[in-house]
Amino acid sequence: MDQFTLNLIVVGLSFALYFGIAFWARAGSTAEFYAASQGVPPVMNGMATAADWMSAASFISMAGLIAFGGYNNSVFLMGWTGGYVLLALLLAPYLRKFGKFTVPEFVGDRFYSTTARLVAVVCLLVISITYVIGQMVGVGVTFARFLEVSTTAGLLIGSAVVFAYAVFGGMKGITYTQVAQYVVLITAYTIPAIFISLNLTGNFLPQLGFIGGYAPTGGDVTFLAKLDQVVTDLGFGAYTADTPNMLNMFLVTMSLMIGTAGLPHVIIRFFTVPKVSDARISAGWALVFIALLYTVAPAVGSMARLNITATFWPGAVDGDTFSKPALSISEIDSNPDLVWIRNWEKTGLLAFTDKNGDGMIQYINEPAAVTAANNALADAQKALTEAAADADRAPLEAAVAEAQAARDAVLETTPINKKDGAPTLASLGIVGNELTTVNNDIMVLANPEIAALPGWVIALVAAGGLAAALSTAAGLLLAISSAISHDLIKGAIKPDISEKGELLAARISMAFAIVLATWLGYDPPGFAAQVVALAFGLAAATIFPVLMMGIFSTRVGKEGAIAGMIVGLITTAVYIFLYLGWFFIPGTNVYPNTPDAHWFGISPAAFGPIGAILNFATAYLVSAMTKAPPQEVQDLIQSIRVPRGAGKAQAH
Amino acid sequence: MADKSSANAYWAANIKVIVISLIIWFACSFGLGILLRPALSGIHIGGADIGFWFAQNGSIYVFLILIFVYAKVMNGIDRAHGVEE
Repeated sequence: MDQFTLNLIVVGLSFALYFGIAFWARAGSTAEFYAASQGVPPVMNGMATAADWMSAASFISMAGLIAFGGYNNSVFLMGWTGGYVLLALLLAPYLRKFGKFTVPEFVGDRFYSTTARLVAVVCLLVISITYVIGQMVGVGVTFARFLEVSTTAGLLIGSAVVFAYAVFGGMKGITYTQVAQYVVLITAYTIPAIFISLNLTGNFLPQLGFIGGYAPTGGDVTFLAKLDQVVTDLGFGAYTADTPNMLNMFLVTMSLMIGTAGLPHVIIRFFTVPKVSDARISAGWALVFIALLYTVAPAVGSMARLNITATFWPGAVDGDTFSKPALSISEIDSNPDLVWIRNWEKTGLLAFTDKNGDGMIQYINEPAAVTAANNALADAQKALTEAAADADRAPLEAAVAEAQAARDAVLETTPINKKDGAPTLASLGIVGNELTTVNNDIMVLANPEIAALPGWVIALVAAGGLAAALSTAAGLLLAISSAISHDLIKGAIKPDISEKGELLAARISMAFAIVLATWLGYDPPGFAAQVVALAFGLAAATIFPVLMMGIFSTRVGKEGAIAGMIVGLITTAVYIFLYLGWFFIPGTNVYPNTPDAHWFGISPAAFGPIGAILNFATAYLVSAMTKAPPQEVQDLIQSIRVPRGAGKAQAH
Repeated sequence: MADKSSANAYWAANIKVIVISLIIWFACSFGLGILLRPALSGIHIGGADIGFWFAQNGSIYVFLILIFVYAKVMNGIDRAHGVEE
């Protein structure tokens, strides 16, 4: 059986399971549609929350980000887990006690204002829609890669699948489907990691393996020291090197943490459990299931980095990096263990060219001076080949010869790395980096093939990637549809709508949200990568502060809350747009997006906490000048602060 | 809930637990994982320096323990103040 058939069977079986569950758990009432009737046990809710939370970015891209970013990209590991502490301590139990269905509903009741509720709806929609675009792109790419269809076809298949189970199942169907999706994705992630950890470190637990000894040389050298040695030999920065900007790393981590705690589709998960104490423990269970992937991810990233580097420099496995010649093209085409290189080359995630024509692929960190000299030479050669037939070729040929000599001089004087006595590029016969593309995503997607694992593991990774993208998309679509049907239609436009009418409105708005997300995923406004920064930054600067003040302050009133949200939303969005372009339209940015141009070195992704501080400050300042909340709101605050009497959610 | 002062005592106990938990939350991630890493580079956990390990694995374990301990302590406080469900 070939790999494609195997992929189809495993992915098909997993989908049949999701549809079966969605049919079994379909929603019959708004309480079931929005919050699964508060009947989900905490452990299961934790598992569903984990699947909801871990997106295509977590499953496919994060290990690669860590592999190539090293210590500096630990921000994702701490940021995307630490937010659950904030959720458990500061938000989840009180919002569960409040006992209604949506985040804007709490904002509207606590700040006794439909305006406040609508501002919260706007924040929620901006956050969730930007986030869901990234998921739909992930769904399209994953389907396309494993089912060998075009990205557009992949996107349409993915939308149809989400449509089928999310629209009919609502929160109840989504929750139980996500439990199944979690099992699929965590199995797919950990099995290759265990095999690879055994190979490289002799320890089957990846969490212990990556801080253990390096097995192929007997374990005297630690795995991380070996990785540092190999990558610095090739001129890359050390894997464990310190961050170049501690303030920025601090703020990005904080932005991801409070952004996580402010993401509406995560918060609504805690409305589905039976009791307040369940909401606290449910955050713990969610983190248990998230940690199973997140503690393995740094091992997957670092081991894949060493594996792929040592594949191209076979000498690095048990000796000096340059003790054996680089991987030859004839080896790539003849060794059955290296078939994956050609396979992934077809997808464009991996690309190589033999620049010096020696039949080998030298993978190095190309110094900037070498790149410039190579580009100058290429330009001169292009001018020569494109010259008209009757043109005077002598000056062009002279220019090529001059550029060639200049390039060779650079190679003669440039060492391969920064170590003492490092050989020059010329002495190693290298003219530049020949492994021109290594996409981050390959670190997870090609992992089982790089480690020569059986075909069913590869098929499982396909199903796992799809499960991760689909479960997150479904959760986001639910948050969007409930904001429209419950907060906008029932809360503001047509308060006397019947239960049946609201359920229909919820389904229609979800269908509409899927169509919108599919359309935006098909034609993303050129910002798929940056949207994550925007979604987290805005959640950190708007939803998180307003919920915090709603619970912990008895003084902040509607004027303060509304002003705070608006200030947080605008300052954060503007700071991001200044560097990434207005509404992400390329070329409209005011400043270049480089560390030198950033205000105090703060990158757009790191602005969330500052937006949050501005939100808090504005809210307290305005509240000091306006009236305190009325007595019935004071009673509401006192009521959400104690667990007793949570009961079932009320539909008003 | 007996009266207003008992409600205030419950809330004060809750805030105290939250503040202590947040100090631990901050210390393991931002403290050991980021700010103190250069100063503590001589201390190792297995093959990693302590700051690197806390940034990539350690802080996640601390977060986990923190939430479960918090949930347990709060259940106790709920009962002590007679506000459990």
